Amino acid sequence: MELFITRYIQLKNHQVILNGIVEYVSEEQSVSKFLGSVYGRSTLDYPKFFKMDNLSKLGFLSAELLLQGTDILQKYPGEEIGIILSNASSSLESDEKHQNFIRDRNNYFPRPSIFVYTLPNIMAAEIAIRHKIKGENTVFISEQFDPGFLYHYVSELFRNQRVHCCIPGWIDCYGDGYESFLFIAERGDRIKRFQDLPEGIPFDPLNLEKLFKGESI
Amino acid sequence: MEDLILKLKKEIIGILNREDITPEDIDAEAPLFGDGLGLDSIDALEFIVLLEETYGIKIEDPKKGRKIFYSVKTMADYIQEHQKN
Repeated sequence: MELFITRYIQLKNHQVILNGIVEYVSEEQSVSKFLGSVYGRSTLDYPKFFKMDNLSKLGFLSAELLLQGTDILQKYPGEEIGIILSNASSSLESDEKHQNFIRDRNNYFPRPSIFVYTLPNIMAAEIAIRHKIKGENTVFISEQFDPGFLYHYVSELFRNQRVHCCIPGWIDCYGDGYESFLFIAERGDRIKRFQDLPEGIPFDPLNLEKLFKGESI
Repeated sequence: MEDLILKLKKEIIGILNREDITPEDIDAEAPLFGDGLGLDSIDALEFIVLLEETYGIKIEDPKKGRKIFYSVKTMADYIQEHQKN
């Protein structure tokens, strides 16, 4: 079974890069302002966005811009689409904020809106809720982007027919550092036409590594 | 009362992290939940924390929240009533 990357997106260095082409450069330096500017220039009206932590905002916007203009959500039932994410920082930023609210037993006021984001899986859930995606969803933590692992895990899901389309990638955010790389993987025999990448990109660890680094295939 | 309502509106905007709305955008008598601000059950819990932390009012029965948090006005009424006691 041949798998292809049919579209990919990166949000990093204050830029939105779609299929290797810079679509937007923000003048905002901080991660929250950058994400706010990406949301602001979109046509999105999703009040819940403002309540998300930066990690979920990054994942949410990456998925939004990745899926925008594709027929993925019409072509595949929600049950057939998977979301397999990975990152290095887990939900550490929200974990630390939560800890700050509970460290003093005499001033103990845990904030529910922060506590709910103390799991990286919440970012996958925000994407799944938004797009009614109900297939396999998992977030793995690794020190750095691991194309080999992601390739084998996602391929296995396709082989076992757990998914017929998958949105895998790397969504990492902690402090001032952030980077997202998200793509759509599909079976060759389910692709009627390559929307943006005329020849498609074979889904393999080498290509994943190159795309992640911004190198051409 | 007007001061309290304005303060509550600012606190709600802070909880929602909405830099794009101002206190004037929130109708003090309009329902807080449902359409509009996009509030959910987590926000209801935040309001319970807000009342306890900022106003020293503990809501023992969360079911009462539906009435108390109906609008900014009902929240303000509840705060005024319970801070007096």
